[in-house]
Amino acid sequence: MNKKASVGEIFLTFLTIGAISFGGGVVAYLRNSLVKQKKWFDDVEFLEITSISNTLPGLNATNVAILAGDRLAGWLGATAALVGMCIPAFVFMTAAGMVYSEQHVRPIANAALRGVAAAATGLLAATWFQIGKKSLRGVYDAIFVVAAILGITYFKIGVLYTLLIVGALAIFAYRPRRSPPKPAEEEEEWLKSLH
Amino acid sequence: MAEIPALIRVFAYLSFLTIGGGMAAFPEMKVQIVQVHHWLTSEQLVHVYSTGQMSPGPNMMMVAEVGQLVAGPLGALACAIAFFLPTGVLTFGVGRLWNKLVNWPWRASIQKGLAPVAIGLALGGLIIFGKGAITNWVTIALALLTFLAVNRTKINPVFFILGAAVVGGFALR
Repeated sequence: MNKKASVGEIFLTFLTIGAISFGGGVVAYLRNSLVKQKKWFDDVEFLEITSISNTLPGLNATNVAILAGDRLAGWLGATAALVGMCIPAFVFMTAAGMVYSEQHVRPIANAALRGVAAAATGLLAATWFQIGKKSLRGVYDAIFVVAAILGITYFKIGVLYTLLIVGALAIFAYRPRRSPPKPAEEEEEWLKSLH
Repeated sequence: MAEIPALIRVFAYLSFLTIGGGMAAFPEMKVQIVQVHHWLTSEQLVHVYSTGQMSPGPNMMMVAEVGQLVAGPLGALACAIAFFLPTGVLTFGVGRLWNKLVNWPWRASIQKGLAPVAIGLALGGLIIFGKGAITNWVTIALALLTFLAVNRTKINPVFFILGAAVVGGFALR
Protein backbone atom coordinates (compact mmCIF):
# COMPACT_ATOMS: atom_id res chain seq x y z
CA MET A 1 0.00 0.00 0.00
CA ASN A 2 1.35 3.39 -0.94
CA LYS A 3 0.61 6.06 1.64
CA LYS A 4 0.56 9.32 -0.20
CA ALA A 5 -1.85 11.66 1.57
CA SER A 6 -2.88 12.64 5.09
CA VAL A 7 -6.30 11.59 6.39
CA GLY A 8 -7.28 15.27 6.81
CA GLU A 9 -6.40 16.07 3.22
CA ILE A 10 -8.34 13.03 1.98
CA PHE A 11 -11.39 14.07 4.02
CA LEU A 12 -11.32 17.64 2.68
CA THR A 13 -10.81 16.49 -0.91
CA PHE A 14 -13.79 14.13 -0.82
CA LEU A 15 -15.91 16.62 1.13
CA THR A 16 -15.30 19.11 -1.68
CA ILE A 17 -16.18 16.59 -4.40
CA GLY A 18 -19.26 15.57 -2.39
CA ALA A 19 -20.37 19.21 -2.25
CA ILE A 20 -19.79 20.32 -5.86
CA SER A 21 -20.64 17.22 -7.91
CA PHE A 22 -24.08 18.36 -9.06
CA GLY A 23 -25.72 16.72 -12.04
CA GLY A 24 -24.68 13.11 -11.48
CA GLY A 25 -21.54 11.60 -12.97
CA VAL A 26 -19.64 11.82 -9.70
CA VAL A 27 -16.96 9.52 -11.16
CA ALA A 28 -15.99 12.24 -13.66
CA TYR A 29 -15.58 14.72 -10.79
CA LEU A 30 -13.52 12.12 -8.91
CA ARG A 31 -11.20 11.55 -11.86
CA ASN A 32 -10.73 15.28 -12.32
CA SER A 33 -9.77 15.76 -8.69
CA LEU A 34 -7.82 12.56 -7.88
CA VAL A 35 -6.02 12.06 -11.20
CA LYS A 36 -5.70 15.51 -12.74
CA GLN A 37 -5.44 17.89 -9.78
CA LYS A 38 -4.05 15.87 -6.87
CA LYS A 39 -2.17 13.36 -9.03
CA TRP A 40 -2.76 10.69 -6.38
CA PHE A 41 -3.48 8.08 -9.10
CA ASP A 42 -2.73 7.65 -12.78
CA ASP A 43 -5.48 6.78 -15.26
CA VAL A 44 -4.66 3.05 -15.20
CA GLU A 45 -5.01 2.84 -11.41
CA PHE A 46 -8.17 4.93 -11.51
CA LEU A 47 -9.72 2.70 -14.20
CA GLU A 48 -8.92 -0.34 -12.07
CA ILE A 49 -10.62 1.25 -9.05
CA THR A 50 -13.74 2.14 -11.05
CA SER A 51 -13.99 -1.31 -12.61
CA ILE A 52 -13.94 -2.95 -9.16
CA SER A 53 -16.57 -0.40 -8.04
CA ASN A 54 -18.84 -1.31 -10.95
CA THR A 55 -18.81 -5.00 -10.08
CA LEU A 56 -19.59 -4.64 -6.38
CA PRO A 57 -22.86 -3.66 -4.75
CA GLY A 58 -22.93 -0.08 -3.51
CA LEU A 59 -22.74 3.13 -5.48
CA ASN A 60 -19.86 3.95 -7.76
CA ALA A 61 -19.26 7.28 -6.03
CA THR A 62 -18.89 5.80 -2.56
CA ASN A 63 -17.12 2.61 -3.72
CA VAL A 64 -14.47 4.66 -5.54
CA ALA A 65 -14.11 6.84 -2.42
CA ILE A 66 -13.51 3.78 -0.23
CA LEU A 67 -11.04 2.08 -2.59
CA ALA A 68 -9.12 5.30 -3.29
CA GLY A 69 -9.04 6.26 0.40
CA ASP A 70 -7.76 2.80 1.33
CA ARG A 71 -4.94 2.98 -1.20
CA LEU A 72 -3.93 6.43 0.05
CA ALA A 73 -4.07 5.92 3.81
CA GLY A 74 -5.52 2.53 4.78
CA TRP A 75 -8.86 2.06 6.55
CA LEU A 76 -8.74 5.54 8.09
CA GLY A 77 -8.34 7.02 4.63
CA ALA A 78 -11.25 4.92 3.35
CA THR A 79 -13.45 6.08 6.23
CA ALA A 80 -12.47 9.75 5.77
CA ALA A 81 -13.20 9.55 2.03
CA LEU A 82 -16.59 7.84 2.51
CA VAL A 83 -17.76 10.21 5.26
CA GLY A 84 -16.50 13.29 3.40
CA MET A 85 -18.25 12.19 0.22
CA CYS A 86 -21.55 11.58 2.05
CA ILE A 87 -21.91 14.60 4.37
CA PRO A 88 -23.01 17.26 1.82
CA ALA A 89 -25.60 14.96 0.18
CA PHE A 90 -26.86 13.92 3.62
CA VAL A 91 -27.42 17.55 4.64
CA PHE A 92 -29.02 18.34 1.28
CA MET A 93 -31.43 15.38 1.32
CA THR A 94 -32.38 15.71 5.01
CA ALA A 95 -33.14 19.40 4.44
CA ALA A 96 -35.17 18.46 1.34
CA GLY A 97 -37.17 16.06 3.52
CA MET A 98 -37.86 18.81 6.06
CA VAL A 99 -39.11 21.17 3.34
CA TYR A 100 -41.17 18.43 1.64
CA SER A 101 -43.04 17.62 4.86
CA GLU A 102 -44.18 21.24 5.30
CA GLN A 103 -47.86 21.07 4.31
CA HIS A 104 -48.09 24.55 2.79
CA VAL A 105 -45.30 23.92 0.27
CA ARG A 106 -46.75 20.55 -0.80
CA PRO A 107 -48.85 21.69 -3.82
CA ILE A 108 -46.11 23.74 -5.46
CA ALA A 109 -43.39 21.24 -4.47
CA ASN A 110 -45.40 18.38 -5.97
CA ALA A 111 -45.88 20.27 -9.24
CA ALA A 112 -42.18 21.14 -9.48
CA LEU A 113 -41.18 17.58 -8.57
CA ARG A 114 -43.40 16.16 -11.32
CA GLY A 115 -41.24 18.17 -13.72
CA VAL A 116 -38.06 17.03 -11.96
CA ALA A 117 -39.15 13.37 -12.12
CA ALA A 118 -39.78 13.64 -15.87
CA ALA A 119 -36.38 15.25 -16.46
CA ALA A 120 -34.72 12.70 -14.16
CA THR A 121 -36.20 9.92 -16.33
CA GLY A 122 -34.61 11.53 -19.40
CA LEU A 123 -31.30 12.07 -17.60
CA LEU A 124 -31.14 8.49 -16.29
CA ALA A 125 -32.09 7.11 -19.72
CA ALA A 126 -29.29 9.16 -21.29
CA THR A 127 -26.78 8.03 -18.65
CA TRP A 128 -27.59 4.34 -19.13
CA PHE A 129 -27.73 4.73 -22.90
CA GLN A 130 -24.16 6.05 -22.81
CA ILE A 131 -22.93 3.36 -20.41
CA GLY A 132 -24.55 0.69 -22.56
CA LYS A 133 -23.04 2.05 -25.77
CA LYS A 134 -19.60 2.03 -24.18
CA SER A 135 -19.59 -1.32 -22.41
CA LEU A 136 -21.92 -3.71 -24.25
CA ARG A 137 -20.48 -5.96 -26.92
CA GLY A 138 -21.76 -9.09 -28.60
CA VAL A 139 -24.87 -11.26 -28.52
CA TYR A 140 -24.35 -12.61 -24.97
CA ASP A 141 -24.38 -9.09 -23.52
CA ALA A 142 -27.59 -8.23 -25.38
CA ILE A 143 -29.27 -11.43 -24.15
CA PHE A 144 -28.40 -10.73 -20.50
CA VAL A 145 -29.53 -7.10 -20.69
CA VAL A 146 -32.91 -8.20 -22.10
CA ALA A 147 -33.19 -11.10 -19.62
CA ALA A 148 -32.61 -8.75 -16.66
CA ILE A 149 -35.14 -6.22 -17.98
CA LEU A 150 -37.75 -8.97 -18.48
CA GLY A 151 -37.07 -10.43 -15.02
CA ILE A 152 -37.97 -7.06 -13.51
CA THR A 153 -40.78 -5.80 -15.72
CA TYR A 154 -42.44 -8.87 -17.31
CA PHE A 155 -41.85 -11.90 -15.09
CA LYS A 156 -41.78 -9.67 -11.98
CA ILE A 157 -39.56 -12.04 -10.02
CA GLY A 158 -37.98 -9.11 -8.18
CA VAL A 159 -34.52 -7.57 -8.19
CA LEU A 160 -32.92 -10.16 -5.91
CA TYR A 161 -33.95 -13.23 -7.94
CA THR A 162 -33.27 -11.53 -11.26
CA LEU A 163 -29.79 -10.63 -10.04
CA LEU A 164 -29.10 -14.13 -8.70
CA ILE A 165 -30.46 -16.04 -11.72
CA VAL A 166 -29.37 -13.84 -14.63
CA GLY A 167 -26.13 -12.93 -12.84
CA ALA A 168 -25.20 -16.60 -12.33
CA LEU A 169 -26.02 -17.43 -15.97
CA ALA A 170 -23.98 -14.48 -17.23
CA ILE A 171 -20.95 -15.30 -15.09
CA PHE A 172 -21.24 -18.92 -16.28
CA ALA A 173 -21.45 -17.79 -19.91
CA TYR A 174 -18.23 -15.84 -19.41
CA ARG A 175 -16.62 -18.67 -17.40
CA PRO A 176 -12.87 -19.12 -17.70
CA ARG A 177 -11.90 -21.10 -20.82
CA ARG A 178 -8.92 -23.36 -21.05
CA SER A 179 -7.12 -20.90 -23.29
CA PRO A 180 -8.53 -17.52 -22.44
CA PRO A 181 -7.89 -14.83 -25.03
CA LYS A 182 -5.37 -12.38 -23.68
CA PRO A 183 -6.68 -8.86 -23.05
CA ALA A 184 -4.19 -7.48 -25.58
CA GLU A 185 -5.58 -9.74 -28.31
CA GLU A 186 -9.12 -8.73 -27.47
CA GLU A 187 -8.18 -5.08 -27.70
CA GLU A 188 -6.62 -5.68 -31.11
CA GLU A 189 -9.70 -7.51 -32.34
CA TRP A 190 -11.87 -4.69 -31.09
CA LEU A 191 -9.70 -2.09 -32.83
CA LYS A 192 -9.91 -4.10 -36.06
CA SER A 193 -13.69 -4.28 -35.74
CA LEU A 194 -13.83 -0.49 -35.79
CA HIS A 195 -12.39 -0.29 -39.32
CA MET B 1 -39.07 6.41 16.01
CA ALA B 2 -40.75 3.03 16.19
CA GLU B 3 -40.05 2.58 12.48
CA ILE B 4 -36.27 2.96 12.75
CA PRO B 5 -35.38 -0.75 13.12
CA ALA B 6 -37.53 -1.55 10.06
CA LEU B 7 -35.92 1.32 8.11
CA ILE B 8 -32.47 -0.05 8.94
CA ARG B 9 -33.42 -3.58 7.86
CA VAL B 10 -34.98 -2.45 4.58
CA PHE B 11 -32.18 -0.10 3.54
CA ALA B 12 -29.38 -2.47 4.51
CA TYR B 13 -31.09 -5.12 2.33
CA LEU B 14 -31.65 -2.70 -0.55
CA SER B 15 -28.02 -1.58 -0.52
CA PHE B 16 -26.85 -5.02 -1.62
CA LEU B 17 -29.07 -4.85 -4.73
CA THR B 18 -27.37 -1.70 -6.07
CA ILE B 19 -25.15 -3.51 -8.57
CA GLY B 20 -23.88 -0.89 -11.00
CA GLY B 21 -25.92 1.90 -9.40
CA GLY B 22 -28.95 2.82 -7.37
CA MET B 23 -31.49 2.41 -10.18
CA ALA B 24 -31.10 -1.38 -10.03
CA ALA B 25 -32.64 -1.37 -6.56
CA PHE B 26 -35.57 0.93 -7.41
CA PRO B 27 -38.21 -1.77 -8.13
CA GLU B 28 -37.49 -3.52 -4.83
CA MET B 29 -37.36 -0.16 -3.04
CA LYS B 30 -40.84 0.57 -4.37
CA VAL B 31 -42.13 -2.81 -3.15
CA GLN B 32 -40.66 -2.31 0.34
CA ILE B 33 -41.46 1.38 0.86
CA VAL B 34 -44.86 1.61 -0.85
CA GLN B 35 -46.41 -1.86 -0.66
CA VAL B 36 -44.88 -3.59 2.38
CA HIS B 37 -44.36 -0.72 4.83
CA HIS B 38 -46.63 2.04 3.46
CA TRP B 39 -44.03 4.68 4.36
CA LEU B 40 -44.64 6.72 1.19
CA THR B 41 -47.05 6.69 -1.73
CA SER B 42 -45.76 5.64 -5.12
CA GLU B 43 -45.78 9.27 -6.30
CA GLN B 44 -43.93 10.49 -3.19
CA LEU B 45 -41.22 7.87 -3.73
CA VAL B 46 -40.74 8.99 -7.34
CA HIS B 47 -40.50 12.59 -6.09
CA VAL B 48 -37.95 11.75 -3.39
CA TYR B 49 -35.88 9.67 -5.82
CA SER B 50 -35.96 12.57 -8.28
CA THR B 51 -34.85 15.02 -5.61
CA GLY B 52 -31.78 12.79 -5.21
CA GLN B 53 -30.88 13.55 -8.82
CA MET B 54 -30.50 17.22 -7.82
CA SER B 55 -28.19 16.49 -4.92
CA PRO B 56 -24.41 16.71 -5.18
CA GLY B 57 -22.50 13.57 -4.21
CA PRO B 58 -24.11 10.13 -4.20
CA ASN B 59 -27.65 10.50 -5.60
CA MET B 60 -28.84 7.56 -3.54
CA MET B 61 -28.55 9.69 -0.41
CA MET B 62 -32.27 10.07 -1.17
CA VAL B 63 -32.56 7.25 1.38
CA ALA B 64 -31.90 9.93 4.03
CA GLU B 65 -34.94 11.88 2.84
CA VAL B 66 -37.06 8.75 3.17
CA GLY B 67 -35.73 8.38 6.73
CA GLN B 68 -36.41 12.05 7.47
CA LEU B 69 -40.00 11.78 6.22
CA VAL B 70 -40.70 8.58 8.15
CA ALA B 71 -38.86 9.19 11.44
CA GLY B 72 -37.17 12.61 11.49
CA PRO B 73 -33.43 13.42 11.55
CA LEU B 74 -32.58 10.24 13.48
CA GLY B 75 -34.39 8.24 10.81
CA ALA B 76 -32.37 10.05 8.13
CA LEU B 77 -29.12 9.14 9.86
CA ALA B 78 -30.23 5.54 10.40
CA CYS B 79 -31.14 5.11 6.73
CA ALA B 80 -27.90 6.67 5.49
CA ILE B 81 -25.76 4.44 7.72
CA ALA B 82 -27.80 1.32 6.95
CA PHE B 83 -27.53 1.99 3.23
CA PHE B 84 -23.87 3.01 2.94
CA LEU B 85 -22.02 1.16 5.72
CA PRO B 86 -22.61 -2.57 4.94
CA THR B 87 -21.73 -2.32 1.24
CA GLY B 88 -18.88 0.02 2.20
CA VAL B 89 -17.35 -2.64 4.44
CA LEU B 90 -17.83 -5.23 1.68
CA THR B 91 -16.14 -2.97 -0.90
CA PHE B 92 -13.25 -2.33 1.48
CA GLY B 93 -12.73 -6.06 2.08
CA VAL B 94 -13.15 -7.18 -1.53
CA GLY B 95 -11.00 -4.25 -2.71
CA ARG B 96 -8.09 -5.55 -0.66
CA LEU B 97 -8.74 -9.14 -1.72
CA TRP B 98 -9.20 -8.16 -5.37
CA ASN B 99 -5.56 -7.14 -5.75
CA LYS B 100 -4.56 -10.61 -4.62
CA LEU B 101 -6.92 -12.16 -7.15
CA VAL B 102 -5.15 -10.82 -10.24
CA ASN B 103 -4.61 -14.34 -11.56
CA TRP B 104 -7.92 -15.83 -10.41
CA PRO B 105 -9.64 -16.73 -13.71
CA TRP B 106 -13.18 -16.14 -12.41
CA ARG B 107 -12.37 -12.52 -11.64
CA ALA B 108 -12.70 -11.55 -15.30
CA SER B 109 -15.80 -13.76 -15.63
CA ILE B 110 -17.54 -11.94 -12.79
CA GLN B 111 -16.66 -8.53 -14.19
CA LYS B 112 -17.72 -9.39 -17.74
CA GLY B 113 -20.86 -11.24 -16.66
CA LEU B 114 -22.20 -8.65 -14.23
CA ALA B 115 -21.72 -5.68 -16.58
CA PRO B 116 -24.71 -6.46 -18.87
CA VAL B 117 -26.81 -7.67 -15.92
CA ALA B 118 -26.22 -4.37 -14.12
CA ILE B 119 -27.31 -2.44 -17.21
CA GLY B 120 -30.42 -4.63 -17.61
CA LEU B 121 -31.37 -4.19 -13.94
CA ALA B 122 -30.95 -0.41 -14.24
CA LEU B 123 -33.08 -0.27 -17.38
CA GLY B 124 -35.73 -2.45 -15.73
CA GLY B 125 -35.68 -0.07 -12.76
CA LEU B 126 -35.90 2.90 -15.07
CA ILE B 127 -38.99 1.46 -16.80
CA ILE B 128 -40.73 1.05 -13.40
CA PHE B 129 -39.59 4.56 -12.41
CA GLY B 130 -40.68 6.05 -15.73
CA LYS B 131 -44.19 4.60 -15.37
CA GLY B 132 -44.54 6.70 -12.22
CA ALA B 133 -42.87 9.80 -13.64
CA ILE B 134 -44.29 9.96 -17.18
CA THR B 135 -47.98 10.73 -16.78
CA ASN B 136 -48.96 13.18 -19.55
CA TRP B 137 -47.69 15.06 -22.61
CA VAL B 138 -45.77 17.66 -20.61
CA THR B 139 -43.78 14.97 -18.78
CA ILE B 140 -43.13 13.10 -22.06
CA ALA B 141 -41.78 16.30 -23.59
CA LEU B 142 -39.59 17.09 -20.55
CA ALA B 143 -38.13 13.57 -20.49
CA LEU B 144 -37.39 13.54 -24.23
CA LEU B 145 -35.87 17.03 -24.22
CA THR B 146 -33.64 16.16 -21.25
CA PHE B 147 -32.58 12.87 -22.88
CA LEU B 148 -31.59 14.68 -26.09
CA ALA B 149 -29.95 17.61 -24.31
CA VAL B 150 -27.83 15.34 -22.09
CA ASN B 151 -26.76 13.23 -25.07
CA ARG B 152 -26.06 16.11 -27.43
CA THR B 153 -24.58 18.83 -25.20
CA LYS B 154 -21.98 19.07 -22.45
CA ILE B 155 -24.12 21.33 -20.27
CA ASN B 156 -24.39 20.12 -16.65
CA PRO B 157 -27.68 18.12 -16.44
CA VAL B 158 -28.58 19.81 -13.14
CA PHE B 159 -29.61 22.89 -15.17
CA PHE B 160 -32.08 20.85 -17.24
CA ILE B 161 -33.51 19.39 -14.04
CA LEU B 162 -33.90 22.83 -12.46
CA GLY B 163 -35.53 24.07 -15.67
CA ALA B 164 -37.93 21.12 -15.56
CA ALA B 165 -38.79 22.03 -11.95
CA VAL B 166 -39.80 25.53 -13.08
CA VAL B 167 -41.83 24.18 -16.02
CA GLY B 168 -43.46 21.65 -13.69
CA GLY B 169 -44.28 24.33 -11.13
CA PHE B 170 -46.35 26.13 -13.76
CA ALA B 171 -47.63 23.35 -16.01
CA LEU B 172 -48.08 20.32 -13.73
CA ARG B 173 -50.22 21.67 -10.87
